[in-house]
Amino acid sequence: MNAIKKYLGIVWVILGPLVIYYLIATAQSEIAKKPVIDTKIQWSVFIVVFYPIVIGFILFGLYALEGNYDHIPASSEELDDYEAKPL
Amino acid sequence: MNNTETKGIWKVIGASSLGTLIEWYDFYIFGSLATVIASQFFPKTDPTAALLSTLATFAAGFIVRPFGALVFGRLGDLIGRKYTFLLTLVLMGGSTFFIGCIPSYEKIGFLAPILVLVLRLIQGLALGGEYGGAATYVAEHSPITRRGYFTSWIQTTATLGLFISLGVILVTRHALDPDPAKSIAKFMDWGWRIPFLLSAVLVIVSVYIRLKMKESPIFTKLKSEGKTSINPLKESFAHKANLKMVLLALFGATMGQGVVWYTGQFYAQSFIENVCKVDFDQSRTILIWAILFGTPFFVVFGAWSDKIGRKWIMIIGMLLAVVSYKYLFSELLNTVDVKNKVEVLEKKEVKTTLTAVAGSTDSIRKVITKSFYADGLKVTEAKTDTLYAAQGKKTLKPEVKLSKTMGDGDYWRMVFLVWIMIVYVTMVYGPIAAFLVELFPTKIRYTSMSLPYHIGNGVFGGLTPFIATLFTTIYTNDKTVGLTYPIVVAAVCMVIGAVYIQNRVDPEVNL
Repeated sequence: MNAIKKYLGIVWVILGPLVIYYLIATAQSEIAKKPVIDTKIQWSVFIVVFYPIVIGFILFGLYALEGNYDHIPASSEELDDYEAKPL
Repeated sequence: MNNTETKGIWKVIGASSLGTLIEWYDFYIFGSLATVIASQFFPKTDPTAALLSTLATFAAGFIVRPFGALVFGRLGDLIGRKYTFLLTLVLMGGSTFFIGCIPSYEKIGFLAPILVLVLRLIQGLALGGEYGGAATYVAEHSPITRRGYFTSWIQTTATLGLFISLGVILVTRHALDPDPAKSIAKFMDWGWRIPFLLSAVLVIVSVYIRLKMKESPIFTKLKSEGKTSINPLKESFAHKANLKMVLLALFGATMGQGVVWYTGQFYAQSFIENVCKVDFDQSRTILIWAILFGTPFFVVFGAWSDKIGRKWIMIIGMLLAVVSYKYLFSELLNTVDVKNKVEVLEKKEVKTTLTAVAGSTDSIRKVITKSFYADGLKVTEAKTDTLYAAQGKKTLKPEVKLSKTMGDGDYWRMVFLVWIMIVYVTMVYGPIAAFLVELFPTKIRYTSMSLPYHIGNGVFGGLTPFIATLFTTIYTNDKTVGLTYPIVVAAVCMVIGAVYIQNRVDPEVNL
């Protein structure tokens, strides 16, 4: 299972930039089709909101690749250890 | 709290649920009355007002909610759950009440849309802070083996808030005058303010009840031991061990839960009204019935998750949504497709009216055609165009409005189809509060669980109706193409949840 978690991490890391590319390409083509303020705001909001989320998704993939999800905390003691290790 | 102690738990659930229910009610009436609000405060003739309208729609629901989660989550972990979610309730109720008091754009001009935007932003912030507090508060009062069951009552509030907001709007729309047409006209003029003003009464009652409640016992214990967090934001998001769980909660649970929730409860209604062309009242009462019959399942799945774990109930809910959405929405379309029906031709009515255009020899032609079908379906088509008196000037493409009123059989069939989607919602949403609570330690729980919840629901979920509608304008051949967004998001989330999340019920977690 841990191997699957790691391999899937590669998928998430690749998927992130693809989503951003799709988002920006669609935004450009839709704004070009209908260059009114509503369309511009709409697509700007999509990009501003989803960009950091996609960064988080890539980070999730990297963590998976590094094996950080091989073990998920399952006890109170482990949860209390969160403060111990800064990024 | 030990394994079996439930003394006072219903008071806790009642006080928390009532407040959360009111917050959802407040949040939804703005959305449900968006068209009326736009006509009162955001006239299309003023481009800046129209711009503010777009911002009010987008910003509050999608950008501000996660910020509210951070601001109030931090407060909740620093000063306590009780006073934080009391504050969010007052902010939400106050801003809703004041939206109902703002004079229209015609009376105070540009100040009106600005005030609405500011109050809507406060609503979004407050909502971002409320849920995490209520869920945490109830979970921390619950017996450790029944967290899923007790927190599921909080989970019903979002759906019931929508139910009540739809109900209040429908009742107000029809109660202002014995003549239905006059009643609707009065509602559009001033009656729309009633649901907003009503919020003040509900909030006063709820604040009174909540003031009498005590702080969460687990948080009180932590505080008395001096173990509360000094910097919840840093501990939640700058420590890898916790950040990885925040990311897992978002991408393995709340992201999929959010799209399933918004597809079942919002996109379905919008699809029935705008794509199936079912009339205003029926498209809303269908959802009301489906919610009424579906809501008990929040508690069923919440309680079941205490026995078998949270994970697989949520994952199966997402799986069912992924594999059946296309079919369910196609069936909604088929239900009112006149190709499948027998028309009663002798009942057909066609009425044409010509209205002269003032100061011109042209006239407006309106043709209303009413078609009746054997199973009780009535289709009203209103075609409006201009007849030009001048020779050679061509009549433009007429504006066509279609409205369908279904007979009993089709109506209840649609209720059943939407009910299935609501049951999916209960599967993914019923256990999620307990799941999130158990994922994070007490001292940073409010902050850590609020952010993934509100990104999942506010951003991924809240954008579902917009993105789905957008897909239908880009890819115009398929009426169900909008479902691609929730299906893809739910499918990715389902895979992540199935592979990475543990299906454990740890009775000792965080105690």
